[in-house]
Amino acid sequence: MSRPVLAELEVGQSIGSLAVGLDRTSLVRYAGASGDLNPIHWNDRFAAEVGLPGVIAHGMLTMGAAVELVTQWAQDPAAVVSYGVRFTRPVPVPDPGLATLEVSGVVGAVDLEAGTARVDLTVTVEGVRVLGRSQATVRL
Amino acid sequence: MAINLANAGRTYPPTAPYSVGREAVRAFALAVGARHPAHHDVTAAHALGHRDVVATPTFAVVVAQRAEAQLIEDPEAGIDFSRVVHAEERFTYTRPILAGDELVTVLHVDSIVERAGLAMVTTRCEISDEDGEPVASVVSTLAVRGEEA
Repeated sequence: MSRPVLAELEVGQSIGSLAVGLDRTSLVRYAGASGDLNPIHWNDRFAAEVGLPGVIAHGMLTMGAAVELVTQWAQDPAAVVSYGVRFTRPVPVPDPGLATLEVSGVVGAVDLEAGTARVDLTVTVEGVRVLGRSQATVRL
Repeated sequence: MAINLANAGRTYPPTAPYSVGREAVRAFALAVGARHPAHHDVTAAHALGHRDVVATPTFAVVVAQRAEAQLIEDPEAGIDFSRVVHAEERFTYTRPILAGDELVTVLHVDSIVERAGLAMVTTRCEISDEDGEPVASVVSTLAVRGEEA
């Protein structure tokens, strides 16, 4: 597979999809790697005390996992020059079990002058969007 | 304790440098499922013209949250972290973060807006390298629930 060519991109075209399974180990690994030790991401008792249905994934883990689709498509880890999301729904992670993020993306805009394309990501769990306005700008 | 609206517009002093380690870049990439070899393997990073392994697109949060702690932990700011929900996040890169970088962050409190029992606190972390050259900007919005919400 070759790198996408900016001039050949069409707005609306798919960049593919990715499924990411998150279990409790994923959350503990992300907590350690990121330094975000908020107990709502690993402690059921604490999560319940603050009114959550249970332990939820770090929004930043969902955001970080979703952009992997863009990196894979661009085939360059330095291609993403901006990336923003809104956190619209929490992602509860069962124990035992998995929460599966379904990530898909389309080309949202092409800027030939800037040499960039905008990729619009859709990220859902069980059919419900968990990120809003999830957009990455990629230099190609 | 109520949110201190007077904090809007405040700029905190630059942080102590964050030293970007190879293993930190690798561990973060593993945690978010980033598989590109340039996140993990120095030779692969060199092949793409990078000095060392390349951090993933959201790695800057690790650097930014250390700076944001200045606000969260500031008793004057009046932010009860148990009432905080992360609402928005945006990264803008001048260049990718690489292992070996020494990053200094300046935290700005861009706005504090109260609406419908929530305080929306927007911060901006300007991250620069040891030469003072800009690397990344991280804009984060926290929603803080009011006492009765």
